[in-house]
Amino acid sequence: MLLLFLNLNRNNQSEDNVSLNKVCHLFCPYFSNESVPCFLYRVVPSFQQQRIFVTSLACPSWSLTSTVMAAAVRFFIRGANSRLSVGTGTSGSLGAALLKLSPSCSSRSKTQRRHAAHFTYQPDPVPTQYGETQKMNLFQSVTSALDNTLSSDPTAVIFGEDVAFGGVFRCTVGLRDKYGKDRVFNTPLCEQGIVGFGIGAAVAGATAIAEIQFADYIYPAFDQIVNEAAKYRYRSGNLFDCGNLTIRAPWGCVGHGSLYHSQSPEAFFAHCPGIKVSPHKVKDNIKCSFTDGDPPHHSRAVMQVPSQSPVGEDPTEENYFAGCRQICDLLSVFFQSVVKTGRLLVSHEAPVTGGFAAEISSTVQEECFLNLEAPISRVCGYDTPFPHIFEPFYIPDKWKCFEAIKRMINY
Amino acid sequence: PSNHKGAVLSTLQSLQARAFIFVLFVAVQKCDLHKLDEAPATEVVMTREEGLKYYHIMQTIRRMELKADQLYKQKIIRGFCHLYDGQEACAVGIEAAINMSDHLITAYRAHGYTYTRGGTVKKIMAELTGRRGGIAKGKGGSMHMYCKNFYGGNGIVGAQVPLGAGVALACKYQGNNELCVCLYGDGAANQGQIFETYNMASLWKLPVIFICENNRYGMGTSVERAAASTDYYKRGEFIPGLRVDGMDVLCVREATRFAAEHCRSGKGPILMELQTYRYHGHSMSDPGISYRTRDEIQEVRSKSDPISLLKDRLLSNNMASVEELKVIDVEVRKEIEDAAQFATTDPEPPLDELCNHMFSNNPPVEVRGTNPWAKLKSVS
Repeated sequence: MLLLFLNLNRNNQSEDNVSLNKVCHLFCPYFSNESVPCFLYRVVPSFQQQRIFVTSLACPSWSLTSTVMAAAVRFFIRGANSRLSVGTGTSGSLGAALLKLSPSCSSRSKTQRRHAAHFTYQPDPVPTQYGETQKMNLFQSVTSALDNTLSSDPTAVIFGEDVAFGGVFRCTVGLRDKYGKDRVFNTPLCEQGIVGFGIGAAVAGATAIAEIQFADYIYPAFDQIVNEAAKYRYRSGNLFDCGNLTIRAPWGCVGHGSLYHSQSPEAFFAHCPGIKVSPHKVKDNIKCSFTDGDPPHHSRAVMQVPSQSPVGEDPTEENYFAGCRQICDLLSVFFQSVVKTGRLLVSHEAPVTGGFAAEISSTVQEECFLNLEAPISRVCGYDTPFPHIFEPFYIPDKWKCFEAIKRMINY
Repeated sequence: PSNHKGAVLSTLQSLQARAFIFVLFVAVQKCDLHKLDEAPATEVVMTREEGLKYYHIMQTIRRMELKADQLYKQKIIRGFCHLYDGQEACAVGIEAAINMSDHLITAYRAHGYTYTRGGTVKKIMAELTGRRGGIAKGKGGSMHMYCKNFYGGNGIVGAQVPLGAGVALACKYQGNNELCVCLYGDGAANQGQIFETYNMASLWKLPVIFICENNRYGMGTSVERAAASTDYYKRGEFIPGLRVDGMDVLCVREATRFAAEHCRSGKGPILMELQTYRYHGHSMSDPGISYRTRDEIQEVRSKSDPISLLKDRLLSNNMASVEELKVIDVEVRKEIEDAAQFATTDPEPPLDELCNHMFSNNPPVEVRGTNPWAKLKSVS
């Protein structure tokens, strides 16, 4: 088996791409005759790296194959201004022969690199305008935000099921010891009561931070959130409001949560005017929510904030449960990104029908219709309850996203 | 197995030529009453056969839970697993007093009830490991087990109580003299929907027995810190209530008999509080010792373990011999081992089960998948 990898650098001119395209189409029928898997990627501008995999089986047509390969390499090299690196797989001598054909290339160990992702993670630069920074995971940053809030705001109280000892997700560790049991206290097991109580406290002027232990448990409180909290300001003509209320609820799958510890109910609440649903950049959001004036409902990933959400230029992939954007300019960032790249993929764990991806897709296509080069892809959960044994199959993982990206690029 | 057991027993008996007591009159603890003039009997009758049966069932539940603990630690069972050991007398006592045609619904600590209501250990364990031989086809897991006249297995705390009242309404409507036993815990007793249910059940005189299994801790919160009134049997206010020692299987049985009669005579709902204890933590993620001391657990185990209590009763009253009970133990152990073996080796449900049984549909319905080109079929 011969594998030929051609890595072209990112500064390709479009004419190279056109010629590459031609080559690919040229070879396609040949290889398909051989009934051999042939992966040819259509080359798209601004792809960071393009690879063309050409494989063929050994025997009868090897010599023909190698001739064709050599021709291909020569053809590609003719493309000006492109640095090629050619590496080969198992067939050493043929590889060497190919190398000789291309004087200005070097065989690097790039070929040994896995083919899976060719995005390099670029972390956000550390913000300098807030002073000293510290690396924390999601839960620590929540604890820190709550700590700051309780210290700066004397009316702030935290309550919920089991928050006193630190919470089942360790988000309130140490706060009770620091601020006392009248500010950080447990409630009995009654979500409707917790939220109703929180609304009352907020309306009366306290900064209330209610915790719902898992987002799956929030439904008894749905009426209170949607009918009371969300509409208070509106129905009282701004006389009362519960802008000081924050409800925290961990959502998302934990790996073994099954039906009732894995749900993502954000779409239900996003549909309700009057509340803010914020899934990320929790620390900033908690802070801005208390000065903002509308009750936000924080959902946050149960897992640690993954630091490798791909921020590649193309296509735009918005994994909002991974959390990498400011809430206030979320949509404008999407638009800018789509204008630049032409493709969008939205992914979440909640079922696809009526999920939040639908809203994003719809809004983006309204604003950026002419910039789109492929339909917006939604890689989401299936339209079933969150399964017990099928969880690894259910969640929209990187492979499904990758598949969707491939299809969008080949559209 | 019962043939084998019978053969061994008769052999033992003939060897030992011992005369056992076949019927025993036992005094059990008096129950606290709320808005009731009569009380369950304090002098109860237990036959040898009944005693051995209760022992067998309780031992099966205990071993099954311990096996589940073991499998969980080996990561063969994953997800959430809430174990019932320590509370066996509740399940067995209740079942002894009602018929198989009556209905029962409980929360997520349901393995014991699944067994007493007719599920086999094999199917229960296969459901825990999520295999196709499971009682819910492997799709539910620990918290969602069902069988005939047993409505689960419910994950959301307190949500099963209105359901139970609904089942009782159906019984009343159909006039079949059946009732519904509706269980919940001390944590759930503070949920709003429970009180809504009390009101409806009482208003319409539904044949429902509300049972609060008070194991003193709602996950990590002790009852004193969660409830303004820890007299859970009085929380029904206008519903008559009983407080029962939940570690004595006979006490539970008598109280349930009394309650069942109350319901079937058309007097409406009744509330029972079973004072019991769980040895494990709330679930397998909870070590169970951060909010209570090991001494406390040890004390309950030594003084009030339901299986030990029954065993002492049988042995001290000469109703069974030590060897007999040992035979039962061995049998139970074998059954559990076989079930665990089955649960570990049975294949997982096929992937097309993912979308099945969402709606009632014929022909199969298309379910949207992760991508627009990936559509799955839902068969029901």
